[in-house]
Amino acid sequence: MKNPVVARVALALAAGALFGFGLSLSGMVDPARVSGFLDVASGHWDPSLVFVLGGAVMVAVPGVLLSRCLARPILAEDFSLPAKTRIDRPLITGSAIFGIGWGLAGFCPGPALSAFALGLTPVVLFVCAMIAGMLVHDRLYAKQP
Amino acid sequence: MSPYWPSLFGGMLLGLACILLFLFNGRIAGISGIMGKMLGRERRLADLAFVAGLLAGPYTYAAAFGRLPDITIAAPWPLILIAGVLVGFGTRMGSGCTSGHGIMGLARFSRRSIAATVTFLISGICAATIAGALS
Repeated sequence: MKNPVVARVALALAAGALFGFGLSLSGMVDPARVSGFLDVASGHWDPSLVFVLGGAVMVAVPGVLLSRCLARPILAEDFSLPAKTRIDRPLITGSAIFGIGWGLAGFCPGPALSAFALGLTPVVLFVCAMIAGMLVHDRLYAKQP
Repeated sequence: MSPYWPSLFGGMLLGLACILLFLFNGRIAGISGIMGKMLGRERRLADLAFVAGLLAGPYTYAAAFGRLPDITIAAPWPLILIAGVLVGFGTRMGSGCTSGHGIMGLARFSRRSIAATVTFLISGICAATIAGALS
C-alpha cells in the first residue's frame, strides 16, 4: 500500500457509512423502537432489537477470530486494544449511568450522532448534552488514567 | 415484513463495519471513544472520516428506500438534556457504549465488556420501564 493514511481514512469513511446505514436499517436510530425494547412492562414489548446486537456479534466474532491469524492489521502497524482487563468500579458505575440515560431517551452515542445529521431539534439537544457530559467527565477525571 | 429481518440485517452490517475497521485499521469501532478522542487532543483524520460516514447513514438509507428512517422521540426536552448528559458522562467513565462494549467487546469475549453490557442493559431496562410506567 503506497499511502496507508489515505487508505485508512477511506476505509474509516466506508466503515462509518456502513455503520450509519446499519443503524437506520436496524431501527436503532429510532428512540421509540429502543424504548419499546427497553420498556419491558409496557404490554407491547418489541424484542426486535435483540436481533440487532445478535446479528452484529454473530458477524463480528468470526472477524475477531480471523484477526488472531493476522500478525498486524492490513493497513496499520498493530491492533489497538484496551489495556485494562480488570472489572473495576468506574466501568460498572459508568455503564450503569450510561444505561439510565439510554433508557430515558432511547438514544446511545452512535444512533444519536447518526440522527444528528437530520438536524431535528431534540436530537441536536441530546447530542449537545452528551458532548457536555463527556467534557464534564474528562475535566473531572483529567489526571486519572 | 417482520421487523426482525431489517433488525437482523442492520445488526449484521454493524458487525461488518466494526470488523472492517478492526481488520484493516486495527481500531475498535467505539462511538463514545471516537467522540471522546475528537473532543480531546488525540485527533485523527480516520476518526473524522468514520463520523462523516455515520452522519451519512440516514441519507444513504433514504437513497436506498426512498424515505428517511423513522425517528420518534417521546421524551420531553428537559429529560432529553438529562439523558444526554448521563449518556456522555457514563460512556466516558465506563470506557465505552453499545458499540465498543456491546459489539466489539462481546465479540472479543472481553470480561470487562461483558460486565459493562450486562450493566447498561439492566440499568437501561430499569430506567425505560420506570419512565414508561410514570408517563
